[in-house]
Amino acid sequence: MTGRKILMDFEVTPTSHTLEAYAARGGYQALAKVLREMKPAEVTKEVTAAGIQGRGGASFPAGRKWQVVDPDDGQPHYLLANADEGEPGTFKDRWLLEHVPHKLLESMLIASYALCVRNCFVYIRGEFDLPYRRLAAAVEEAYAAGYFGENILGTGFSCDIYVFRGGGAYVCGEASSLLSSVEGTRGYPRNRPPRLTVKGLYQRPTVVNNVETLSNLAWILKHGAGEYRKVGTEKSPGTRLISISGHVNRPGVYEVECGYPWKKFLDEDCGGILNGRKLKAIIPGGISSQVLPGEVAYGLELSHEALWDVNSSLGSGGMIAIAEGTCMVRLLQVMLRFYHHESCGQCTPCREGMGWAHRVIDRIVAGKGRPEDIDTLIHISKFNDGTTICGLGDAAGYATVDFIKHFRDEFEYFIEHKRSKCDGRLECLPEVAHA
Amino acid sequence: MKHLIPEFEAIKKRLPAEGHSTLVLPCLHRIQEDRGYIADEDVDALVEYLGVPRIQIEEVLTFYTMLRRRPIGRWHLQVCRNVSCSMRGAERLIDHLSRKLGVAPGQTTPDGRITLSTVECLGSCGTAPVVMVNERYHELQDEQSLDKLLGELEQP
Repeated sequence: MTGRKILMDFEVTPTSHTLEAYAARGGYQALAKVLREMKPAEVTKEVTAAGIQGRGGASFPAGRKWQVVDPDDGQPHYLLANADEGEPGTFKDRWLLEHVPHKLLESMLIASYALCVRNCFVYIRGEFDLPYRRLAAAVEEAYAAGYFGENILGTGFSCDIYVFRGGGAYVCGEASSLLSSVEGTRGYPRNRPPRLTVKGLYQRPTVVNNVETLSNLAWILKHGAGEYRKVGTEKSPGTRLISISGHVNRPGVYEVECGYPWKKFLDEDCGGILNGRKLKAIIPGGISSQVLPGEVAYGLELSHEALWDVNSSLGSGGMIAIAEGTCMVRLLQVMLRFYHHESCGQCTPCREGMGWAHRVIDRIVAGKGRPEDIDTLIHISKFNDGTTICGLGDAAGYATVDFIKHFRDEFEYFIEHKRSKCDGRLECLPEVAHA
Repeated sequence: MKHLIPEFEAIKKRLPAEGHSTLVLPCLHRIQEDRGYIADEDVDALVEYLGVPRIQIEEVLTFYTMLRRRPIGRWHLQVCRNVSCSMRGAERLIDHLSRKLGVAPGQTTPDGRITLSTVECLGSCGTAPVVMVNERYHELQDEQSLDKLLGELEQP
């Protein structure tokens, strides 16, 4: 067991995602309480007091984001749930959309009430098929039950929702680029300031929150910020959905109470590393969070502060375990190919830099690496940092620098010997006995 | 595209009045679902219907990888090759499919039945490797399950 549960607090059955099942578990009670007993500002106060941090990657406190929006400024406001889950290694929002779509919808209604939002959106990645069908069906159920539309529960509050499908662009998971996409243009990120909470969708104050962040709100408003604060650690209240993949025996989505020991999580809950291997390294929260050597991870607890202390982060909760024997050079090649493919092309350092980095790592893997290539990769990475509008290029750079920092010998070996120090393997296969 | 306009009008009822260009991507998705790709006449019709500049539609069409301007095979096999899938054997699967179908990723079989593509992370890392067949996910794949899958795809 990985601590107390807020989101995965029920048994999954073939019908547990329906409105009927959700209502039977006490669903939409928090919404009724909020609409009938609370003022919008009180809801924001409660969310701020709960201290919940964003679950999309940046871990920014949701309440502080909301506080920038003035509910009474007389103009339209917008709320968007970011379900463009594309950070490699991350598949937790998909679990929520497939299994508890109503938790998201109830929470979005609560957020819309707090922020004076008349129209909200879920931006779901275009490839998601079952999650989309489940969510779209849940929206229709909620409309039919009177939770969306005009005069919800007879309280005078009205709200509409639209599930917007993305077009297959990683960069659209970045909040401003997500808004560009909803406005019907290329998904280009925008410069800040102005912040999106000042000028967002259609130049109106807009809040973009991750699916998991929002899904926690129904629980927080039902039980109160005080109860929420009792879960997790002081600096990381609540739980995190960790989606773990790679070389573990039991990959999947786990709800982990913040502060839970990482070693215990890997060894007991996830069943340890495949084929009894040692843990070589771990990517804690999506490939844009910095890789950590296995022995470092084993000594830590799963909380934002513990990961920040080692210059990494829980990021999007997309954890990838890497077994001993895996070639880190080829793994970085896969990552740099991805960043190159997904660079939107707006900013020169990222558009050109990702192409250069990709070609350099391809050259190394092809056995044509040059001794100066390692420095070239680091140079490109550092040049990208802070010179682009969004964080895509920065993240690719951090990943590169940290892969080289922890596994420099493998890069040097590959360049010198024109082959991998670890047989070029990415898979963790059972040892074959030599004849 | 014109026969889809009543559907587009229905979507508008749940959208804010000030965001008419929000319909660009939903319309393109629906047209592609209907025809299999987006033809020039669809772009003409959408420009007229939404009243947005043609260049905006063209930009969107070239930006989003899911949108197509040309027809592809009846079956679209997309193999994820990102980190978690590669760590669970995606590279072997791509080679296997390539050999078996006689086409490289990005190509369609000569009979026009199957298009093979590689994609980046599909959010199915815990059940890697994943292969998408048209819009459906097929998870935890290996060579044997893919052979079975290929056999089950209906004949032309």
